[in-house]
Amino acid sequence: MKSFTYERATDTRAAVAAVTRPGAKFISGGTNLLDLMKLDIEYPSHLVDISRLPLRDIEELPDGGLRIGAQARNSDVAADRRVRTRYPVLSEALVSGASGQLRNKASTGGNLVQRTRCPYFYDTAADCNKRDPGSGCAAIGGFNRIHAILGASESCIATHPSDMAVAMTALDAEVELLRADGSARRVAITDFYRLPGDTPHIENVLGGDEMITGVLLPPPLPGRQIYRKVRDRASYEFALVSVAAVVSVVQGTIREARVAFGGVAHKPWRSVEAEDALTDRPARMDTYRAAAEAALRGAVGRGDNDFKIELAKRALCRTLAQAAGAS
Amino acid sequence: MIGQAVNRVDGPLKATGRATYAYEHWEAGQPLYGFIVGATIGKGRITRIDTGDAEGAPGVQLVMTYLNAPAQGPRDESIPFEYWRAQPMLTGPDIHFYGEPVALVVAETFEQARDAADLVEVEYRAGRGRFDFGEFEDDTYIPKTVNAGLPTDTAVGDFDAGFAGAEVKVDQQYTTPYEFSLPIEPNASMVAPRGEDLVVYASCQITDAARDSVAGTLMMDPERVHIVTPFVGGGFGSKLGIHSETILAALAARALGRPVKVTLTRQQVFQLVGMRPTSNQRVRLGAGRDGRLAAIAHDVTMHTNPDVEYAEQTAATVRSLYAAPHRLTSHRLTALDLPRGTDVRAPGEAPGMLSVESAMDELADALGMDPVELRIRNEPTVDPERNVPYSDRHLVECLREGARRFGWQNRPAPPASVREGRWLIGYGMSAAIRGHFQGPTTVRVRLEPDGTAVIQTDMTDIGTGTYTILTQVGAEGLGLPLERVRIDLGRSDHPSSWGSGGSWGATNSSTAAHRACAALRTKLLDAACGDTRSPLHGLDPAAAVFSDGDVAIGGASEALREIVARHHPDGVEAEGKTRFMGDDPNYSDYSINTYGAHFAEVGVDADTAEVRLRRMLSVFSVGRVFNPKTARSQLIGGMIWGVGAALEEEAVVDPRSGAFVNRDFAGYLVPVHGDIPPDIEAVVLEGYDDKANVLGAKGIGEVGICGSGAAVANAVFNATGVRVRDFPITIEKLLPGLPAMAA
Amino acid sequence: MSASDTHAMRRGQGEMAPPSAIKLNINDQVRQLEVDPRTSLLDALREHLRLSGTKKGCDHGQCGACTVLINGRRVLSCLTLAVMHEDDEIMTIEGLGDPDHMHPMQRAFVECDGFQCGYCTPGQICSAVGMLAEVKAGWPSHVTTDVSSPRVALTDDEIRERMSGNICRCAAYPNIVAAIRGSAEGGAI
Repeated sequence: MKSFTYERATDTRAAVAAVTRPGAKFISGGTNLLDLMKLDIEYPSHLVDISRLPLRDIEELPDGGLRIGAQARNSDVAADRRVRTRYPVLSEALVSGASGQLRNKASTGGNLVQRTRCPYFYDTAADCNKRDPGSGCAAIGGFNRIHAILGASESCIATHPSDMAVAMTALDAEVELLRADGSARRVAITDFYRLPGDTPHIENVLGGDEMITGVLLPPPLPGRQIYRKVRDRASYEFALVSVAAVVSVVQGTIREARVAFGGVAHKPWRSVEAEDALTDRPARMDTYRAAAEAALRGAVGRGDNDFKIELAKRALCRTLAQAAGAS
Repeated sequence: MIGQAVNRVDGPLKATGRATYAYEHWEAGQPLYGFIVGATIGKGRITRIDTGDAEGAPGVQLVMTYLNAPAQGPRDESIPFEYWRAQPMLTGPDIHFYGEPVALVVAETFEQARDAADLVEVEYRAGRGRFDFGEFEDDTYIPKTVNAGLPTDTAVGDFDAGFAGAEVKVDQQYTTPYEFSLPIEPNASMVAPRGEDLVVYASCQITDAARDSVAGTLMMDPERVHIVTPFVGGGFGSKLGIHSETILAALAARALGRPVKVTLTRQQVFQLVGMRPTSNQRVRLGAGRDGRLAAIAHDVTMHTNPDVEYAEQTAATVRSLYAAPHRLTSHRLTALDLPRGTDVRAPGEAPGMLSVESAMDELADALGMDPVELRIRNEPTVDPERNVPYSDRHLVECLREGARRFGWQNRPAPPASVREGRWLIGYGMSAAIRGHFQGPTTVRVRLEPDGTAVIQTDMTDIGTGTYTILTQVGAEGLGLPLERVRIDLGRSDHPSSWGSGGSWGATNSSTAAHRACAALRTKLLDAACGDTRSPLHGLDPAAAVFSDGDVAIGGASEALREIVARHHPDGVEAEGKTRFMGDDPNYSDYSINTYGAHFAEVGVDADTAEVRLRRMLSVFSVGRVFNPKTARSQLIGGMIWGVGAALEEEAVVDPRSGAFVNRDFAGYLVPVHGDIPPDIEAVVLEGYDDKANVLGAKGIGEVGICGSGAAVANAVFNATGVRVRDFPITIEKLLPGLPAMAA
Repeated sequence: MSASDTHAMRRGQGEMAPPSAIKLNINDQVRQLEVDPRTSLLDALREHLRLSGTKKGCDHGQCGACTVLINGRRVLSCLTLAVMHEDDEIMTIEGLGDPDHMHPMQRAFVECDGFQCGYCTPGQICSAVGMLAEVKAGWPSHVTTDVSSPRVALTDDEIRERMSGNICRCAAYPNIVAAIRGSAEGGAI
């Protein structure tokens, strides 16, 4: 770990100003950043501790939605009564991730911008375009069991490891950003993340002079919400594939659906194709199969991860059946 | 006292964080911190090494590379066991495997050392390494012997003819991956110079081996090396020897004249400690329609490091397991430029029984026979390869008792026949066998003038319960309450032992302690009965009863404390020993083993192929048990290791670099709480093996893992009808065989 | 930018930051220490304050051995910096009890043989204490059937899911669950 200076921010605007200094980074929960700093993958020269900024609250919005402060801890969001009753898919996604100890530390904003768990990204001796742009991608042709099947490029086949962000994607969340000049903007979560293309080191649209201050959840769609995470062991493991689904069924017909996958792409993968294949169709297995085929139509396996294509289809079908069956 | 379910005597220290492990000793003062720099190629040569920036970094006291490392003793193959041999480090520019230490950076703080380690600049000329087992598994050689000195190949009868004539045959290949021990305490060491001597706070299983290994490497008199290892945070084979963490700490401590401590990072553990070799195993079983085996063959190919040969005794397991007139076993090695293979819990049995007991399940399936009955039908009367009788073999009782308790007869036998919601339910079983070993151990028992006993040996407690069972043995042997027996372990200055490993630690040290107590009783009785001042004077020592701190003969009694005070004002001591099994005729005249039977129920998600254990029951026969509470814990721990081997554990080599790709706890999965249902039980049959030792006890540290993975694997087959022979059984291997999704 | 460029950037980083004088409230005692800002809370405890009951098993948040309680919540001390915890109340295994005055959870672990080598044990115990408070507060878990329900029953399945961040390689899992259940039923937490 490289040496750095440390400051604790007490004012949100001042914190954003402080991070514009070259080499500066925010630290909040630290559960991903310190992990990476110990391996010299991240090497900030200055840390701005934003964990105590007054951005912890979860607030009602006038339109019936919720605003989750960027500093709200994952465990607090998962346990929030309003989240549990109105956005259970988010609560389920959060508690399926990491461990109780990590969720007590990890912040909402930090969870959104966590880095990939690709083992080659974690190995400074391996080629990795995300860590060392231009060096190549060791995962292509390497051990790529956990890697992307959708939206990847020849530069990078890493996945985004968050569960929380997958649920937020299915909930049409927006990310709220604050600039050093005090101006704010909102970005739809699907636009917040970038696909790797040939610049996999740029993972989202967060500017160097910006801070995530919150996540906005619009009022939920009617219908059942389910988060399903598939993994080798029963707990404490990143997803091989996960599905967040919101399905609204009226008299046996799907009126509306939201579908997002985790563990399959460089970003939480919203599948409009699956949603289109579901809308106004009967809530039956053949519909779900068609949606799964549509969702995975462009999927590409890299060898070890070939199975994830079929796995994602099956996970989606079962999740849709459960969500539709219960609504 | 022996046989009682006493709580761990070191429990309160461990539960309150007061037990001190290798990296946590402060009596030598503030140490310096060492951090190892590992090679980033798997084969080749260092062409340039620049330590200037690192040496100039804040706090750095020393950067040691092959250019300035002191001369060290060579690894001496005339020393019979690897763990006692020198382990020289930083000996030259050649790189033999990925991650091999190329430098040690020593600094005032851990943060400084870790940072400066990144500043050591090393350039390499990479050579062409052999990294991929699959590519080289046909390029094998025949080792002279396999692990534990067992024969490489064995043959009985005429296998080819026996197999050819069999009515029902199984001929399958099974593969097992590289596996790691991974105790939660990483390998760590602190070394403090004391005059010409070195005090080595080590995390090791065999104190005696650590001392000789350090002394041999640093070319010191072993008497000047003092190993201290009172608590060890798990071993499972990975601490049988000491490694770079200890040698490099010792070299630096001597160079700097200050205490230095070094721990491997979790990632380095995967490169620097050694692993269970990967294996390809062909199992052939030929039987009659009645299930009686005519022919058994187990042929195993494994990797070895080219410089340090390690041949896991994977095919040796089947030699004593089932009767069959025609038999064949073999071991072959292919040299790969990877870290050395090493003992990982139940070497031989763990991977061997996964395959053999899966094959037995395949045979039962082919015969349409209950797999429990199949095993009972092949119960031998004598060891079929050594042709000697068994001591205390109760495999059939384990099978029957386990089947009864588990409700095995009620299971639906046809594969893929039970579904509960999204879960396909299956049941599987396996037999277990493990050889029992005995090694030389000396234990000293001292009786202090205050009437407390102290048991001293260099034996370790790596979580196995040594402190507790020796307390029980001492209390029983001297007739003292438990709280008046103190156990002093893990110091090389104490009488030596074979330490903890191979499931021999408890029986070696307890037997030696038992004998030491007997010798001490004789000394005390000789003194008292021959002393006119004693109420025991002139009475028959053979009638003496030791209890509650007193010695009684008939109606007369005297406190031990008074006998000691009168005759031995500084205390009195005696020693007891066990000998090497090769010098004990019982071990050549009998086949001495432990046995078990495992029964498992799994659920397999019909959609996603996720496998989850639902319940497990195993029954063991291990001779006499010292402490049912700690024994049960250790047996269940072993069973859970089998679950991990069946379903999760696998280290993957990148064949381009020779590095283990998934070298941390996020990538290399081991069972977590969520994987293990509360309904898991280990039952031990009452027993006493009079051929094993005077206490009738046998080892239990490894028999729990033997076969338990196969029971899980067989349950997965029963649940799904899919037979996976490439371990671990993960989602991608099951998914293609699952039924299409139903509404 | 090539790999060697980023390596050079990495190497060029960071003038040595001066040590920070901080005060930490640990086990109800205020402790003053000077640390490199890079010092994890775990290393501050173990190497500066010599409170080595908190264990380092992986240093990357993958094993749970370093679990401590901060303001009553269980967290991993390896993935947080000491300098971030002034004003916090930190409780370590040493603060929960000592061999003569064990916390009920510590006693339950001894009684149920909830460990073998003992190295993951302090983390398991601190985690268990924090976990029971989370259950009491009604927090849902991955195995909670209905996350919208405000109450959670302390079943064995709930315990083992919630304890899954604490790896025990000796695999004392069934005994640990029994200890936690027993301790919770005893009502002494």
